[in-house]
Amino acid sequence: MIKFWKIKPSVGLLSIPYSFVFIFFFFIPLVLTLIISFWDYNEYSIIPDFILENYIYIFKDCFNYEKDMCVTFKTYLSTFIFCFITWFFTLIIGFFVAYFLAFYVNSITWQIVLFLLCTIPFWTSNVIRMISWIPLLGRNGLVNDFLLYIGLTDTPQEWLLYSGFSIVLAFVHLYTLFMIVPIFNSMMRIDKSIIEAAYDNGANGLQILWNVIIPLCKPGIVIGSIFVITVVMGDFITIGIMGGQQIPSIGKIIYVEMSYLQLPAAAANAVILLALTLLIIWIMTKMIDIRKEL
Amino acid sequence: MLNKKNKTYYICVFFFCLFVLFLYGPTFTIVLLSFQGPDGGLTFPLNGVSIYWFEELWRGGSVVDIGSAFKRSIILGLIVMVLTVLLSVSAGLAFRKKFWGSDMLFFATVASLIVPSIVLSLGVALQFRLLDDFTKWLGSTFNINYINEFFQTSLGMFTSGLGAQLTWTLPFGLLIMFAVFNRFDKSYEEAARDLGASPWKTFKEIVFPLIAPSIIGIALFGFTLSYDELARSSQVMGAGNTLPLELKGLTTTVTTPVIYALGTVTTFVSFSVIGISIVCYIWLKRNKG
Repeated sequence: MIKFWKIKPSVGLLSIPYSFVFIFFFFIPLVLTLIISFWDYNEYSIIPDFILENYIYIFKDCFNYEKDMCVTFKTYLSTFIFCFITWFFTLIIGFFVAYFLAFYVNSITWQIVLFLLCTIPFWTSNVIRMISWIPLLGRNGLVNDFLLYIGLTDTPQEWLLYSGFSIVLAFVHLYTLFMIVPIFNSMMRIDKSIIEAAYDNGANGLQILWNVIIPLCKPGIVIGSIFVITVVMGDFITIGIMGGQQIPSIGKIIYVEMSYLQLPAAAANAVILLALTLLIIWIMTKMIDIRKEL
Repeated sequence: MLNKKNKTYYICVFFFCLFVLFLYGPTFTIVLLSFQGPDGGLTFPLNGVSIYWFEELWRGGSVVDIGSAFKRSIILGLIVMVLTVLLSVSAGLAFRKKFWGSDMLFFATVASLIVPSIVLSLGVALQFRLLDDFTKWLGSTFNINYINEFFQTSLGMFTSGLGAQLTWTLPFGLLIMFAVFNRFDKSYEEAARDLGASPWKTFKEIVFPLIAPSIIGIALFGFTLSYDELARSSQVMGAGNTLPLELKGLTTTVTTPVIYALGTVTTFVSFSVIGISIVCYIWLKRNKG
């Protein structure tokens, strides 16, 4: 028999409060979501059961090729497109901002100051940062005023706000930091002598960038990409506000079903979303060990 | 070498400046627009200069009870901040050695950062709904008067709301602790231990002063992320809404600069907290030696 009272108090016990939060507010809720996705429901209650209707309903008409694409596939496709475009722009912008900070700013103090300058908006309200595009992109906004003034158009452009364009713009605005931080972290670990060696051997700037820096930044790029892609996959707030509540997303389906108290249906959608997200992460993390990167 | 001030250097500087403008420009415009006169609208040009919209916000005007939402958000933010610091520092200390379940806990930490917020919010809402059903069942089965008469829901800001926000703030806290301890010089600690200091004393006298500046960082993450958190708390706050939730509702209903005034105020609060944290951080770093 193991005598528990004889076990020496270990420093590992300090993790108990932390673990408690993750068991109670992370693990159990996700397990419950999976279970309840098989339950039945009516207008006012959820009923323990084991049915597949919630899942079947999601893919209703999806494999009927004579009709147009079903709502579910359309929504997923549109979300994937947002993911891809956002990923592309945050990667390009994030990479070059990190590149500038890591290789062109020489003093540590300036590096910290400029890095903080990029980070500070992350600690302010996302909703406010979204709203702040309205005076710029709206029908009578600054951009339209400018376009009219220089005579590029004679009518205000409607696609600037409450459109796919403004959604991507807001995503890039909000989440480029998720790329900058891990890529910058990877770049700071690159031994400067490697770059010097490449330079001494006659590589030009572009060759160094492509053959030395980018391969060594791969872990940072992967981590940043995971963050950006998962945050866009599950989004319902940015797409809601910047899309004028007109553009669908997977997150929004779950949100709307919850507001109608169709909880098992929402749970089924959540399970599919989660599975897809995990699949993407699994593919991406096969390449690196995150723990080594901290 | 790369750091030569050639053409690429200036292109990079220009690009970086553009990026900073992109980050801060829009926020600056709404600060500007919130100081309009009473006839001001949602877009430029500015119609006079006044603090009319701040007074309007203060009076409550067309807006729901912003004052109490503001108060709730601050209180919740402070609680999340304290818990984030306590839990992630203690877990960070635990993680310095391998312990039973440490890999699982690390996995949960990273997973929590990348699980879609709406999924987590739904999960916590479901959990508390089942908890409610169970409590009510207990009440009716065992005839517990208190439950039958007063119990409505366990869902609330300081139960489900707090927990959901912690799943977002704690991972940042723990990852900061990892970064700290990866670069931590163990020799001071060992010296203290060799001189006969107890583990608690070693922590208090040696480890804590060394990690104190980073703790300020964790506190900053704890407060600001909670104060602005929206997606995870959206389904689990119960009756009382926090400021970001009210704000999200206002985006579709309010058509006056009062919403910009509110934005200016919350941004000001965030910036003050960030400023105070940075000053504390620098002060602690200086006093270390």
